[in-house]
Amino acid sequence: MSSLGYVIEQYIMLSGALFTLGCIGFLVRRNVLVQLMSIELMLNSVNLTLVAYNRMHTGDLNGQVFAFFIIAVAAAEVAVGLAIVLAFYRLKSSVQSDEADQLRH
Amino acid sequence: MTVGNVFFAVASVVALLGAFMTIASQSPVRSAVGLLITIVGIAALFLMLNAQFLAAIQLIVYAGAVVVLFVFVIMLLGPDAGDGEGTVARARVARYGAGAFFALLAAAAAHLVTRAPDAVFTPFGAVDPEHGSVEAIGRLLFGSDVVPFELATALLIVAVVGAIAVARGKPHVRRQSKSASPTARMFHGPLMARDAQRPLPTKAEKAAKAAGGA
Repeated sequence: MSSLGYVIEQYIMLSGALFTLGCIGFLVRRNVLVQLMSIELMLNSVNLTLVAYNRMHTGDLNGQVFAFFIIAVAAAEVAVGLAIVLAFYRLKSSVQSDEADQLRH
Repeated sequence: MTVGNVFFAVASVVALLGAFMTIASQSPVRSAVGLLITIVGIAALFLMLNAQFLAAIQLIVYAGAVVVLFVFVIMLLGPDAGDGEGTVARARVARYGAGAFFALLAAAAAHLVTRAPDAVFTPFGAVDPEHGSVEAIGRLLFGSDVVPFELATALLIVAVVGAIAVARGKPHVRRQSKSASPTARMFHGPLMARDAQRPLPTKAEKAAKAAGGA
């Protein structure tokens, strides 16, 4: 296995595993904070894919620049998401996502 | 086994363990630490992939800002940030079923990648050592990609303002008691307690008084 770490498929598999873990965490957990962290996991795995493909196609740097912008957007998303968590906590005194049921009743 | 092989193996195992810790631990602080471990692992993988600039940005933005923001919010919420014990968990079957479904999809995809009869694993070619350096990315960000770069700054400003506006909530309105407001004292009831039993003169009484005075 001397090619370990120098083959694109390994990075794609790892990124897929990370994305799956994030997806499962988002679906299964009820804690809004953990769900936001799961979203971060998924964004990170996509970044890993972009950078890995950019390592394969070295003609330009568009993959890495795209990952840079994804990081910027993810930072903005976390700031707004945590503000919404705080507002939700003020409303419900809870951070469980199934407490957000005002539209059901 | 070269150094790169070991480096990749360690970094990927660290990233996977961190991800598992993020989604599986009961305490949100442990989840945040798991996220931090994953981010460090992915930054190490960025170094393997000739993305030095992104590795640094990943550590600064994610480990330095995002995880710290998560920990701040967890501290702000205190013990309520944990899993709500005693609350009724809705849609348990749907949640676990959806998670199992996506795990199955991922397993099928992994099977397709590895077990395909004509699987060809393509090793990376040679690369310019300047690929992914700060200088190379900076040239792009301030050259051909300057418009999205500036738009990203606008997005961050809007996000900061929006986060403050949402997290602060409605400004606190002080409820004044009836007697504290001069308007209320003037128009809603007698000024002195001794006048409580004496109704204000009606319009006809006022007119009669005025006529009598004249």
